[in-house]
Amino acid sequence: MSAHSPMYLKNVLYYVLLAAGGLVALAGMFAVYQMEHHGHVITGMNNQIVWGLPHVFAIFLIVAASGVLNVASIGSVFGKAIYKARAPMASLLSIAMLAGGLMVLMLDLGRPDRVIVAATNINLTSMFAWNVVLYSGMFALIVIYLWTMMERRMNPWNKPAGIAVFAWRFILTTGTGLIFAFLTARQAYGSALIPPLFIVLSFAWGLAVFHLVQAVTYAWNDRVLDQAIMERTKRLLGIFVIGSLYLIAVYHLTNLYFAQQIDFERFILRDGGIYPTLFWGGYILLGNILPLVLIYWPGRKSNCMSASILVILGAFALLYVFIIGGQAYPLEIFPGYVASSSFGDGQIASYSPSVYELLLGFGGLAVAFILTTVGVRVINFMPQDKSQTAE
Amino acid sequence: MSDIDLPRRSFFKTSIGAAAIAIAPGILLFDMAHGKSQPVSGKVRWGMLIDTAQCQDGCNDCVTACNKENGLSGSTGPTDSQWIRKVEIKSISTGRKVSLPMMCQHCEHPPCVDVCPTNASFKRADGIVLVDRHRCIGCRYCMMACPYKARSFVHEPLSDQNPDVPRGKGTVESCTLCVHRIDKGQQPACVESCSNKAILFGDLNDPNSEIAQKIRAVATVEVRANLRLNTGVRYQGL
Repeated sequence: MSAHSPMYLKNVLYYVLLAAGGLVALAGMFAVYQMEHHGHVITGMNNQIVWGLPHVFAIFLIVAASGVLNVASIGSVFGKAIYKARAPMASLLSIAMLAGGLMVLMLDLGRPDRVIVAATNINLTSMFAWNVVLYSGMFALIVIYLWTMMERRMNPWNKPAGIAVFAWRFILTTGTGLIFAFLTARQAYGSALIPPLFIVLSFAWGLAVFHLVQAVTYAWNDRVLDQAIMERTKRLLGIFVIGSLYLIAVYHLTNLYFAQQIDFERFILRDGGIYPTLFWGGYILLGNILPLVLIYWPGRKSNCMSASILVILGAFALLYVFIIGGQAYPLEIFPGYVASSSFGDGQIASYSPSVYELLLGFGGLAVAFILTTVGVRVINFMPQDKSQTAE
Repeated sequence: MSDIDLPRRSFFKTSIGAAAIAIAPGILLFDMAHGKSQPVSGKVRWGMLIDTAQCQDGCNDCVTACNKENGLSGSTGPTDSQWIRKVEIKSISTGRKVSLPMMCQHCEHPPCVDVCPTNASFKRADGIVLVDRHRCIGCRYCMMACPYKARSFVHEPLSDQNPDVPRGKGTVESCTLCVHRIDKGQQPACVESCSNKAILFGDLNDPNSEIAQKIRAVATVEVRANLRLNTGVRYQGL
């Protein structure tokens, strides 16, 4: 019957994927329109939980966008060939996720129409304002970095550009962490550990996303990824997961040591309902222990993908606990007293995300997906490994 | 016959009259909107002293007055704005109960102003912390930063606003210390409404003001004094 060439089928698949991504992005735009029209009252957010699900998605995308560049840095800064071959794809992914994450953050604003105000009025003591500069700078630097990789005459500049991206990325994720670290009064935040924690988390999440996209694009192009390369990056993911687990443990242990923080820790780790469940079941078990078992179990080979997917799911669980759980625990305005009021003083704040927030979050993922798909298709971002992988 | 073109003359008269009538309200409104032409003085620091011994458990008069003055609905759902609220606190160790009003503490070093990306949150020269509704992009970072949960986000479209107190969907708002009343030489609505005189309002910088004399004479505290924000609102009997 029909004897379509594989190329034809691939073209069809490309447009189907694009259409699917487009539909999800469109659903996100619909959610934004509704939120604009009716106000944030149609979301689950309120005056106690002021940042909700959109921020979980946005911060995942932004943190992972920085972390995925680690692949490029190991190549350009530390000169590892198998990573260097993957730098273009990592850069593309970073731009795509940064765009998706920033879009979600911007469209969740109460007045997204005033984004020009944010661009023209910079308060130098505000971490948000700094992040506007850091994110725009990141975009520009990655584009320059890609240019030095893809334009032969610019090749000599590749290493300096790579180092600049490497440094900027650290500052960027520090900035993301500082948004929370600078909150003096909140029990969950206001810790200097948060920026380094975010950096290590970004390594793990970025690499996990990279594994996923790499596997899909290899399958797409009928190419087989060298098993040795997969093993190496899989073990690297293991190290990053252990690193983030360590910082998470230190964060909670220091809190547990301070009498003033014990009630908060009890809430997050034991009594808080959905939050301890997501923390232990979602983040620790699914997002760390299981991936580590999959990565380090002797003799097993092709489980890099499942480990990566679990790490990503764990990331969402952790961010939900960190962002929403951190606000749900009542702000301690009167230490040593139990408080009650009409404004939620002394009470655990309740939050149930609405479908609009979910659609907006997925809209951000869809934008990242579309940018990646088009990028991989239009420009050659595929890793070009030499036959010999040993360095 | 005279050369004077009467219809033409009356046409000019009518035109000038109509133009004056058309422009005058505009000039008047422009004047009103700009209020006093001289800037507020940095020598003044407005503040409040709240005597918790005089604040009655169950009394909500200050909250009601605030809602009325500022055009708030008075609803207390999770997405409704509350600029001032009554908080009942009970000491964990001694069991002592206190009832007090809580609102923006008008800090000297306000965390909301520090974190605001667009400078929409600002502190006036006389110490009043305000939100510029034209600059606020609704990011809610100030709500995360405020140690007193003093701020609310407008979650819904608004109607029937008080012209003196403009508000806007998608922006953050909080107690303005009734700045529109202060600028007219009046006291904040909550102060005026308290029948027990539990709230004393005045200039903290003027050594002869009643509030300055009182905070020199009796023990008063700032809420979360450990944060060193130097609040403009102080409490007695906490």
